[in-house]
Amino acid sequence: MQKFPYYPGCTLKQTAKNFEKSAIASARAIGIELVELPRWNCCGAVSSLTSDEIMRHVAPIRNLVRVQQMNDEGMLENEYRLITLCSMCFNVLKRSNMVVTGDAEMLHTINQFMDTEPDYEGTVEVMHFLEILRDVVGFDKLRARVKKPLKDLKISPYYGCTLLRPKEVGIDDAEAPTIMENFIEALGGEAVDNPYRSLCCGSYHTVGENKKIVAERTYKIINAARRNGADVIITSCPLCAFNLDNRQKLTKEMHPDFEYMPVLYFTQLMAIALGKEEDAGLEDNFVDPRPILRERGFLGVKQ
Amino acid sequence: MSEVIYMGEKNKKLSEKIEELSGEKITLCEQCGICTTSCPMADDMDITPAGIMRYSQIGDEKVVDSEAIWICASCFTCTVRCPRGIDLAKVAEALRELNLRKNVDHIDVNHLDEELNELPAIAVVSALRKFTS
Repeated sequence: MQKFPYYPGCTLKQTAKNFEKSAIASARAIGIELVELPRWNCCGAVSSLTSDEIMRHVAPIRNLVRVQQMNDEGMLENEYRLITLCSMCFNVLKRSNMVVTGDAEMLHTINQFMDTEPDYEGTVEVMHFLEILRDVVGFDKLRARVKKPLKDLKISPYYGCTLLRPKEVGIDDAEAPTIMENFIEALGGEAVDNPYRSLCCGSYHTVGENKKIVAERTYKIINAARRNGADVIITSCPLCAFNLDNRQKLTKEMHPDFEYMPVLYFTQLMAIALGKEEDAGLEDNFVDPRPILRERGFLGVKQ
Repeated sequence: MSEVIYMGEKNKKLSEKIEELSGEKITLCEQCGICTTSCPMADDMDITPAGIMRYSQIGDEKVVDSEAIWICASCFTCTVRCPRGIDLAKVAEALRELNLRKNVDHIDVNHLDEELNELPAIAVVSALRKFTS
C-alpha cells in the first residue's frame, strides 16, 4: 500500500459520506491508502479574493502544517502530496498554498500568528484524487485493475468550476478538459459530451431564497446530458452533487417535463468497476442510481 | 470620436478603492463583453459583468448597490476568458466586501427555509463567507 495524506473536509463527513466511503475503498483496491490528517479543520470552502485578506489563509495553511507533522512523526514516509476529494477544498487549499508560497512576507505573518503550531515550510503539494489517478497511478494501470467494466454505460462528466478554474489552480485545461472522460474510459464506460460540463451549477445560491437559480442550471445541465444519451452524471464536488441531485426535486416542481437522472460521485462508479460494490454507498444518493445500474448488470444478484 | 468623462472626487475615490481591494487594474477593461457572454449568471443579474466593470471604472455607486455582485458566484469563467487578463471575480468580491465591511449582511441565516443540517456544509460555509460580514 502506498500511503498518502488525505484531507476529507467537512462535507465528506456529512452529506457526502458515500463519496468518502467509495473513494477509500477504490483507492485501497488500487494499492493506495488514504491516511486522514489528524486534527484537520474546515478550509473555509471558498477563497477570499480581496488583496488584503491574510486571516482567511490561516485555516487552509494550518491543514498543510498537519501534512508536515505526519511526515515528522513517521505516519508517512516523505510523502507531501496531499490528496483531496472535494473539489472546493482542493481549490481552496491549493490556492492558499500558492498564495503563501509566493509571498514570503505573508507566510511569515501567518506562521507568526499560528504561534502554537510548527511553521509551514511550503513543502506540501495539494492534489485532487483524479490527478493522482492520472499522474501517479496512470489510467492504463487503473484500466488493468477493473473487474467489472462499465460497458455501454453512458456517463456525462460534470466538472463544475473548482476543478478547472482559475487556470493556475485547475487540474486540466480550463476550456477543454479531458481528465474525467479518460477516467470514464478507463473504467470501461462511455463518456458522452455535455456542453455544460463546466457551467457553474449555482453553488451556494442553493442556500436561501435564490435556489431557483440552481434549479434552472440543474435543468439545463441534466437535459443536455439526456439529449446526448447519458444514463448518469458524475461529479467530484459535494456541492455540485447536492445541486444536481437533491435539487432535481425543485427542478421537477418548476419544470413538470423534467425527468430525473442519477448523479454519482466519480468514486462510486469506480468502486463498482473495481468490484467494491458494497462500498459504493449507492443508497445515499437522492435519485436512486441502483435501478439503472442493476438493469445494465453492474450490480450483484437481484434482491 | 472620443468622449472625455470627468470623474468627480467621490467617483475617483470609489474607483480607486475597488482597485485597491481587488488588486486588479480595472482601467484595463475595454468593454469587449466576453465576460457577459460567458457568465452563466448574467440572465439573473440587474447589471451585466461588463457593466460592473464600466461602473467600477467611473466609480458609480450604482455598482456597489447592485444585485449582480451578489449573484456572481465566483465561478471564474470570465476570469479565464478576459482578453485583458482582468480577474473579474476579484472585482466582484471587492464590491461585496465594500458592503460587508459596513457590517451589512446579505442573508439572514436565522430565517432560512431549510434546516442547516440538510444542506452540505460547504454550501452553508461558502454562503456565510460570501454573504455575511
